[in-house]
Amino acid sequence: MHIKLDGETDFDGWRKAARTLVLSEVKPAEVSWSVRGDEPGLFEPPDEAPPPAAPSGTFNVPAKFVDLAKTTILHHDPERFALLYRLLWRLPGHHDLLDVATDADVAQIAMMAKAVRRDEHKMHAFVRFREIGREPNSHYVAWFEPEHHIVELAAPFFARRFADMAWSILTPEACAHWDGRAVSITPGVPKAEAPTEDRLEETWRRYYASIFNPARLKAKAMQKEMPKKYWRNLPEASLIRPLIEGAERLTGAMIANAASLPHKAQKRPKSAKPRQPSSASGDIATLREEAADCRACPLWEDATQTVFGEGPKQAPLMLVGEQPGDKEDLAGKPFVGPAGQMLDRALKQAGIARNKIYVTNAVKHFKFVPRGKIRLHQKPNTSEIRACRPWYERELASIKPELVVAMGATAAQSVFGKIMPINQNRGRLIDLDDGTKALITVHPSYLLRLPDAGAKALEYQRFVDDLKIAADILRQSPRAA
Amino acid sequence: MDVQRKLEILADAAKYDASCASSGTEKRDSRDGKGLGSTEGMGICHSYAPDGRCISLLKILLTNACNYDCLYCVNRATSNVPRARFTVDEVVKLTLDFYRRNYIEGLFLSSGIIRSADYTMEQVVSVARKLREEHHFRGYIHLKTIPEADDALITEAGKYADRLSINIEVPEEASLAKLAPEKDVRAIRRTMGRLRLKLDEAREGRKLTPKGNTAPKFAPAGQSTQMIVGADSASDQTILNTSANLYGSYRLKRVYYSAFSPIPDASRALPLSAPPLLREHRLYQADWLMRFYGFDVGEIVDETAGMLSLDLDPKLAWALRHRDRFPLDVNRASREDLLRVPGFGTKAVDRIIATRRITSIRAADLAKLHIPRNKALPFIVLSDHRPSPHVLDSAGLAERFKPKATQLGFGF
Repeated sequence: MHIKLDGETDFDGWRKAARTLVLSEVKPAEVSWSVRGDEPGLFEPPDEAPPPAAPSGTFNVPAKFVDLAKTTILHHDPERFALLYRLLWRLPGHHDLLDVATDADVAQIAMMAKAVRRDEHKMHAFVRFREIGREPNSHYVAWFEPEHHIVELAAPFFARRFADMAWSILTPEACAHWDGRAVSITPGVPKAEAPTEDRLEETWRRYYASIFNPARLKAKAMQKEMPKKYWRNLPEASLIRPLIEGAERLTGAMIANAASLPHKAQKRPKSAKPRQPSSASGDIATLREEAADCRACPLWEDATQTVFGEGPKQAPLMLVGEQPGDKEDLAGKPFVGPAGQMLDRALKQAGIARNKIYVTNAVKHFKFVPRGKIRLHQKPNTSEIRACRPWYERELASIKPELVVAMGATAAQSVFGKIMPINQNRGRLIDLDDGTKALITVHPSYLLRLPDAGAKALEYQRFVDDLKIAADILRQSPRAA
Repeated sequence: MDVQRKLEILADAAKYDASCASSGTEKRDSRDGKGLGSTEGMGICHSYAPDGRCISLLKILLTNACNYDCLYCVNRATSNVPRARFTVDEVVKLTLDFYRRNYIEGLFLSSGIIRSADYTMEQVVSVARKLREEHHFRGYIHLKTIPEADDALITEAGKYADRLSINIEVPEEASLAKLAPEKDVRAIRRTMGRLRLKLDEAREGRKLTPKGNTAPKFAPAGQSTQMIVGADSASDQTILNTSANLYGSYRLKRVYYSAFSPIPDASRALPLSAPPLLREHRLYQADWLMRFYGFDVGEIVDETAGMLSLDLDPKLAWALRHRDRFPLDVNRASREDLLRVPGFGTKAVDRIIATRRITSIRAADLAKLHIPRNKALPFIVLSDHRPSPHVLDSAGLAERFKPKATQLGFGF
């Protein structure tokens, strides 16, 4: 049995014929395929109509097969119709067949589909329009020689991209045109009908030559992506040979020629002034500036920046957390991430305005390990807490709050200078050596980590209750006003 | 000076930046008839130079005059290269003219630092503003972000650009201080942090209002950076640690590695030799292992060496150091383990997993899966193949993989 299709890209014709053939149980070996209008071959079989309407009935194929067939049918290999039919023939008894990448038919068709998609992609890349006339009445025309039957497949891309231009892409087999409204396809034309130059091509060639780095010559890598068959229609390709030939000479010259004397004396700025950790406690702005360069422990190196405390200079209340997290590290401000939002909510509920208090952390750089696209928080160790403590002490000396609230174990360790178990000490005022009062509570991120909703609500209420103790002090403070 | 001459100078000045991607952005087109251009998610390389690098964007500097004196840079203040400066309109016209002829996907604009960070950034942004607002250009725009530039300028840059980038230049702060005394790695990181916050905000906004699109747009193709390889003494481990830190901290789409290449009128303080292209290639492979193959930054480089092997790709080198984990049964192993087999790419692993649910995999199937036999066979068990026990134990195994000729392309 022989089937003649209406054209090289006649998917509908192939589908109709193939469906009838399968339903009529015509084996792949009994069918041959060709395209109408092909040069009649020496052994061209006689024109034969498809078998009479098959017994009614249908069969399903995976949607994936339809996409694959639509693409593969555009391949230039005349065997593609038969190959696709053989695959289709095998599908009804073997629905997972397309997943078997090691099956010979599946592998071959996958390769052909890939070749078609690559050709389409290369057409999107390597078409070069030449302008006829001048804007706004110009017509852009390109000549291209695709390997497969892809003009119709590739044309919509150009319509989406160059919607405001009149353009035509001419090829030996078919031409695509856009008039601002619709794509039309006409028969192929000889190359002579395409324009041979464009006023921008010399500029483009200069760009091509200048963007090339002769010290990294890798002609094979270029050719892998831009095979020679495309060169004849690329205006820049005439430069490839001379650029390759000149590369070695140019590179040799660059290496051999020592630098010339600078044309002007360049004043080298002095390297950043070494900042000695001064013992004088300045105001908060000075401290913050000084802390920006702190390298008292290794945490600065992986972090974005020092996250210093924030709040009014004379705040009656100072809140101390553990360390900045991911968001805080990026923004350079304390408590702006999820724990910060939790804190803000609790403060509000306790009746404390955040802009009236000073908020800081015991450790002022974010400690983490990178895991792909995220950073995993790491608890600071005692030596890091100790290294950062002078900053806390100087903040304390500068602000002189009436009350310090230590949130979590790390903060408590910094505020008291020793490990203070939270549960035994939370919720009551403790006098510090200098007369300042201190209060211990949990860190808001502890609340975020609790998995059980009930426990979370309970712990959140305890946290708010602790903050209410601070709110009472705040209300009585002459500085609060 | 005519535009062609300026283009020569300012393209030459831009070519040491390896970044060329035009992918990963939102989908746009110009079917409304009001503008020009489209982006479809996947980038397009419109040409390739004989250095093997793709030409996707018009990659130029606005000016190569620069206040900074970075030793590795062809545009440093004390270099004697000719200088030029485009006007905003010249860049806009060149971009549109090239784009209409299908030479490019869009524009990658950078600049030497002139006057101040803000002045320079404003110049760069005004090119993008003009393209988008006046010409309704819908193609791809990549803008170099100047560290320390004003926040409002950065917000505007992100409104027009698909991608923003800031180069970290070298992996270690100490060598940056030596090579680029005016650059401040802390300022670079702070700005990368600012970019990530804005990127996160735009992404969150899109999630909340996917259709209404009320959230301010910000660089839908994200941010990237570049590290120069071989201009200082940093080891591969140091470079990869820095990359892992940057990917995690700022969610970079890409870290580009650029082998330090001799430049015209180079500084005498730097190694004037052929660029370490193979080393650059190995770093890209290692980077891929971190991002797509589930490798941790700490396990890729041989601890004792600190450097990647030049002879063997990093996954093969890892497998040779961990022979106790092989041979692996391809018909049973987990996806994670399959990704660690030399010669197995992510696509091959996906195909193996789909195929083996239906039929078992034999040695003859490797070719159809596009897996190099010689590389993979010593490490795997198939339904008709098991490597002889002494192959994996043999001291000569590594020698079998050492190259006879130079390799091109990504060999995994």
